Amino acid sequence: MQLATIPDLMPALPEIILAVTTLVLLMLGVFIRSLNIARTIAYACILLLLLAIPLMLVSTDGRVSTFDGAFVVNDFTVFMKTFVLLSAASVILISKDYRKLQSIDSFEFPILIVLATIGMMLMLSANDFLGLYLAIELQSLSLYVIAAFQKDSARSAESGLKYFVLGALSSGLMLYGISLIYGFVGSTNFNIMAEVFKGLSGELPPPGVIIGLVFIVAGFSFKISAVPFHMWTPDVYEGAPTPVTALLSAAPKIAAMGLFVRTMLGPFGEIDDQWQQIIIFMSIASMGLGAFAAINQKNIKRMMAYSSIGHMGYALIGLAAVGGVENAIFRIHGIQGMLVYLVIYVFMNIGTFSCILLMKRDGRMVENIDDLAGLSKTNPGLALIFSIFMFSMAGIPPLAGFLGKLYVFQAAINSELYTLAIIGVVASVIGAFYYIRIVKVMYFDPPVEALNVSISLEIKIVLAITGFVIIFLIFYPMPLISGAEQAASALFTK
Amino acid sequence: MLEIGLSHYLVLASILFTIGTIGIFLNRKNVIIILMSIELILLSVNVNFVAFSSYLGDTFGQVFALFVFTVAAAEAAIGLAILVVYFRNRGNIAVENINAMKG
Repeated sequence: MQLATIPDLMPALPEIILAVTTLVLLMLGVFIRSLNIARTIAYACILLLLLAIPLMLVSTDGRVSTFDGAFVVNDFTVFMKTFVLLSAASVILISKDYRKLQSIDSFEFPILIVLATIGMMLMLSANDFLGLYLAIELQSLSLYVIAAFQKDSARSAESGLKYFVLGALSSGLMLYGISLIYGFVGSTNFNIMAEVFKGLSGELPPPGVIIGLVFIVAGFSFKISAVPFHMWTPDVYEGAPTPVTALLSAAPKIAAMGLFVRTMLGPFGEIDDQWQQIIIFMSIASMGLGAFAAINQKNIKRMMAYSSIGHMGYALIGLAAVGGVENAIFRIHGIQGMLVYLVIYVFMNIGTFSCILLMKRDGRMVENIDDLAGLSKTNPGLALIFSIFMFSMAGIPPLAGFLGKLYVFQAAINSELYTLAIIGVVASVIGAFYYIRIVKVMYFDPPVEALNVSISLEIKIVLAITGFVIIFLIFYPMPLISGAEQAASALFTK
Repeated sequence: MLEIGLSHYLVLASILFTIGTIGIFLNRKNVIIILMSIELILLSVNVNFVAFSSYLGDTFGQVFALFVFTVAAAEAAIGLAILVVYFRNRGNIAVENINAMKG
């Protein structure tokens, strides 16, 4: 009898090292009784996440697959994982004061964030539906817990409960789809499935496959909070502790979007006319809802939830522009536009949430948009940087947000999706209203009781980096543009 | 005599799946019922996997079903833990009272 051979572990080295070190840190946290242990572990987790980036770049080059083709590393996964790791690390960094203030300063918090990050990295690399499901669950289960992390707050517990119920439902939908696909295709491996669909040579796949595909798309759109599966987003964003909201709006979005793109273009790439219509519908509905529903919001975290639903709609334009297009360059442009959009979105979001984390009065967090009134008088610096992020979110030209919108709309025009592009532009004009309203509240409304803003070093660092990127990216966008292009073309080379 | 074939299992699984999904949306009484509905959805998926696995003569479906069982257990544990935190804050777990945030 032949003994099982050990698979090549090198491509998965960053994930393995992260997982092992996190478990060691968990043990240290449990057994060392010291007051400083939570802070030490938080810094260790940030260091670990940042070290994983160079490790990822050295440990692989080109396209590698291991574990019997269930795990793939290529330029696309490395690109996406870099930004997942960066956003997770910056969230732990900016959460420091908040954790102390709300007395949730326990060592499990950063560890759960790292565990969720490992899940996201595995999601991006999964090349088999089994691996994909387990990675999604690792990510979601960690996120359910940190959404409910503030144990004495009814709103945090409620947001955790809502996130759990709808997240578990979405996993169930996706899993039902996977089981149908498995039955009708006979395999769950992405490469084998792609070959089976290629063998159809233009014929319609069996109905079981199409039903399964729809269930899987529904499950994924829960994870990226695209309409019509967005209903959990506002409640969870509002109730969860603010750093958790920052995390939810950044890292899982990149991971789920990357997974979405890889599944649609990998196994289902040959039957793209089956899913393109669904993506176009979701994109239009998300942009529309994001533009209109945010207008009436009073709570700034709830407004950011609708804003992120809208942004996911814009990013989906890039994926919609790929389906049904023969021209290889246009296909790459679609994904490239989506990646540029997502990266800029993440920088804007982390920056905005750093500002929201500074909204304190009398030692309590405040979350209403009205609390910002007159901020330009009481704290001009914060008002300025907050306005820059808001203008960038609205897509006002010299700032980075404009660049992202330009690229996705260009991709839509290339693929002759004119209606989609026009609706996108209209939605972004309407959406500009509520971003600019915040600027108006800060600069033109009479000041209420001032916020006590004390900007800690950690938040200063994050604000400086994100602000710098948002303001100056337009002058030197080449690294991001060419990086995104390289990542996008890795998806189309087999 | 009626031969039980693949289609019977698929119909059973789809009925279980539908009951589970409807159970989440129609129930206004108790969150525990939602947890049970989620378990029902995952079990219907397992029926699908095992039926397909036996039909295709491929063991992978059964392996997948085992993984789903494991994850379902972890999910139930976390769901109940969050529910306990929620109960401590609010004093009841009626679905119609979960409305501190809306809009």
